[in-house]
Amino acid sequence: MKKYSIFSLARNALTKHENWEANWRSPEPKKAYDAIIIGGGGHGLATAYYLAKLHGMKNIAVLEKGWLGGGNTGRNTTIVRSNYLWDEAAALYEKSLKLWEGLSQDLNYNVMFSQRGVYSLGHNLQDMRDIQRRVNANRLNGVDSELLNKEQVQKAIPLLNCSPDARYPVLGASYQARAGTARHDAVAWGYARAADALGVDIIQNCEVTGIRRDGAKVVGVDTSRGYIQAPKVGVVVAGNSSVLADMAGIRMPVESHPLQAYVSEAIKPVLDTVVMSNAVHGYISQSDKGDLVIGAGIDSYNGYGQRGSFTVIEHTMAAILEMFPTFSRVKMNRQWGGIVDTCPDACPILSKTPVQGLYFNCGWGTGGFKATPGSGWAFAHTLAHDEPHELNAPFSLDRFISGKLIDEHGAAGVAH
Amino acid sequence: MLQLQCPFCGLRDESEFSFGGEAHIARPLEPDALSDEEWADYLFNRSNVKGFHREMWLHAAGCRQWFYAIRNTVSYEFTAFYRVGDPLPDLPNRSVPGAAK
Repeated sequence: MKKYSIFSLARNALTKHENWEANWRSPEPKKAYDAIIIGGGGHGLATAYYLAKLHGMKNIAVLEKGWLGGGNTGRNTTIVRSNYLWDEAAALYEKSLKLWEGLSQDLNYNVMFSQRGVYSLGHNLQDMRDIQRRVNANRLNGVDSELLNKEQVQKAIPLLNCSPDARYPVLGASYQARAGTARHDAVAWGYARAADALGVDIIQNCEVTGIRRDGAKVVGVDTSRGYIQAPKVGVVVAGNSSVLADMAGIRMPVESHPLQAYVSEAIKPVLDTVVMSNAVHGYISQSDKGDLVIGAGIDSYNGYGQRGSFTVIEHTMAAILEMFPTFSRVKMNRQWGGIVDTCPDACPILSKTPVQGLYFNCGWGTGGFKATPGSGWAFAHTLAHDEPHELNAPFSLDRFISGKLIDEHGAAGVAH
Repeated sequence: MLQLQCPFCGLRDESEFSFGGEAHIARPLEPDALSDEEWADYLFNRSNVKGFHREMWLHAAGCRQWFYAIRNTVSYEFTAFYRVGDPLPDLPNRSVPGAAK
């Protein structure tokens, strides 16, 4: 891998940028690997990268049925934050945020991480009590978090409708200054390039069609490009987790739903931060290109269709206009539906399974993008040591049997 | 927008309905006799099929009756609607692209 720098930029400028080397190889799959990661989204690629970098496992492959980052990694609203209520969740997402803060340097790839802050609005007294509780919990966990009143919010976000006549008047907000956004495609490409440089085989257009077991042990996977042996298989497939679990003969506590993201036409800079509201249920930021990036809730029904329903689009736009009436004449440009697998407690599963050598990283629901680095970091540890790290031990599958759920429903400043 | 054939009211828009999740999950008759694993399986594990899914719907902004439907979870096509107590319609005998073989 040739290092990116100001000098490589200048050198390539001389040849009109026609000689940049490919970001990763496209090797033929080998017959056997020490570990296979199923799923070439952000989380899967991050897992492979940290396995190779921190745990010395180089003979590994990432199998992707489509193209890298073509699933939810490329279909989200790119928000990164760590202001979760419960200790377990705050620790995991804060680890992730710390990795984000050095990620561009670590990967030698500009992921355009921009710590522009995230405001979570409160619209009634109970919202404000919840926000105050969460801000206090965050600070006790070493996560930066501030409580703001209406005047402070209005000063920071001039276009926000803070009028007392609003249907859902803004009373205040919590604010995490270290939160922000990142370029989602760059996260997939950066991890892929860095993992490839460490010897990881990234194999696209390779769909897993079966998981082979020898008794209670995993021995390999059938793919559209033949059988591949591996004593360890990590499944990181978001919305398709139940399909893969079915191949391995286990059941999972997840259900898949479409979640939509929307962008508007590009307009001049009007919003330099991220604004989310639990009560009216929408979130919005503005990308560097100028388009408004908007998201809200999942479609209520189970679905694998990678598109969303019109009722949800209508609801989302109504929520955004409640907060920003000035955007009423902005034209929407594009819309995507990604398939997210949601857990009963709105927290992920990073876990061993009843099948030896088979690991699942799933159930991130609507909030997986922000966790990409931390998820890969913790999951790599779990695969390498056959034991969860203390950060992800609380997120094991057995919490559904013991009853020790981590109930982040609505507590994280965003409705799930 | 999806349209559902409420067995009581007829064809209506999706926005009148609430989704009730997977259908026909019977509550165990003797919960005390179950192991923690079996209870967790009943409470939390779902088939989450990629294909034809039997599910519950509530006509929330209509007759407020619960009913069942069979829906393709990839194309979102409904193939059957039936009332509580009706005999179970068969699942369509065709494969769904991308579903487990």
